Amino acid sequence: MKKITLPLTEEIIESLHAGESVLLSGPLLTARDCAHKRICEFLDRNEPLPFSFAGETIYYAGPCPAPPGKACGSCGPTTSARMDSFAPRLLRCGLKGMIGKGERDESVCDAIRQTHAVYFAAIGGAGALYGNAIRKSELVAFPDLLSEAVYRFEVVDFPCIVAIDCHGDSIY
Amino acid sequence: MRIIPSEKIENAVYELAKNACLHLTPACIHALQTAKAQEAPDSAAAFALDTLLKNAQTAADENMAVCQDTGYAVVLAEIGQDVHIEGKFFNDAICDGVRNAYRDFYFRKSICDPLTRVNTADNTPAAIHTELVSGDQIRLTFLPKGFGSENMSRLYMLTPAKGVNGILDSIVETVRLAGSKPCPPVYVGVGIGGTFDTCAFLAKKALTRDVGSRHPRADVADIETKALERINALHIGAQGFGGNTTALAVACEIAPTHIAGLPLAVNIQCHCVRCEKITL
Repeated sequence: MKKITLPLTEEIIESLHAGESVLLSGPLLTARDCAHKRICEFLDRNEPLPFSFAGETIYYAGPCPAPPGKACGSCGPTTSARMDSFAPRLLRCGLKGMIGKGERDESVCDAIRQTHAVYFAAIGGAGALYGNAIRKSELVAFPDLLSEAVYRFEVVDFPCIVAIDCHGDSIY
Repeated sequence: MRIIPSEKIENAVYELAKNACLHLTPACIHALQTAKAQEAPDSAAAFALDTLLKNAQTAADENMAVCQDTGYAVVLAEIGQDVHIEGKFFNDAICDGVRNAYRDFYFRKSICDPLTRVNTADNTPAAIHTELVSGDQIRLTFLPKGFGSENMSRLYMLTPAKGVNGILDSIVETVRLAGSKPCPPVYVGVGIGGTFDTCAFLAKKALTRDVGSRHPRADVADIETKALERINALHIGAQGFGGNTTALAVACEIAPTHIAGLPLAVNIQCHCVRCEKITL
């Protein structure tokens, strides 16, 4: 399986094709429903965000709390479609990668192609496996959102499938 | 009359929640293994199913929740009419069991106010369905219900003229529209008949049956078989990657309905079937 080191570069993104399985290692940000809403509210108000997501990969996930001795609890992907109304805007602000589960709408597929980004599908339901691949976890923003807060993870060998690539191809 | 202390109920719920969130049911694991054997070894679907089986093992080995969505705590309680519960109020005993288990085993707290979205921070309240039955026992079923799949569920008020074909079309339509979103291969719970509300409950209750079990009524079992065949002909496949198994099984429950109607509820459960039962 192809091993990819994050953050994504233009060359890596160019080389990825829908359908191939990859192992991702490096830094990720988490954000799901409520965090996306907040990020867009910051953008609406033209206020600086408490963190930058330019060049980053966002993992649509809300983890279980970390048990003793672990960086994170169970942490599989959530349904990406709920983030479709926010994603094109984030991509136009510099987001390069997204990881989640399930198909995306046309506006997201178009934005992925136009902004030269990529969408990876993680295997929904494999929370223990993904949680175990998270080696470091740090709270970045919105602690009041609990599991929906923004975290920065360091992951090792995160199994994913390239689902929608920058060339306009999709596995769905 | 038999006295059951509320503490016994609370402790039972605690254990059910723990075991349910940490394990897939044996019938679910068997169904995933069968599904994997039906895919080409180098296909994306096989990769997905293999990852899920490895995940179940990792969850057991590492004492981690199988899926991070440890769900809405759905509790079905059949209470014998000759039981007297002593101590706490029954619903409080259940919620205390849920609260303590979700805290002690580091399960995610996913319950929030529907408008403010403020999290209750302890995964309560549970969704408690009590049924009065004969006898002097309490039977508890614990189903941690993930919402990626719950969101893809549908309710139809069909006309009687739609009949069995209308039922089949609606079940298949629900799964088709859900696509890759509910984490296929799914387990499909179907409620047929009753009223608007009772058919939704029947669909949920169907999901507490073992994956692959058959309804004792032949015509209902026939709907289960035919619906499954048509769903798997959609080839949505594991995780929506394409493939031969879009649903692991279909389970239907049935109740008498009104002469003017044919209520139908389709409750989608992801492949992560977690369900524990106990009789007190």
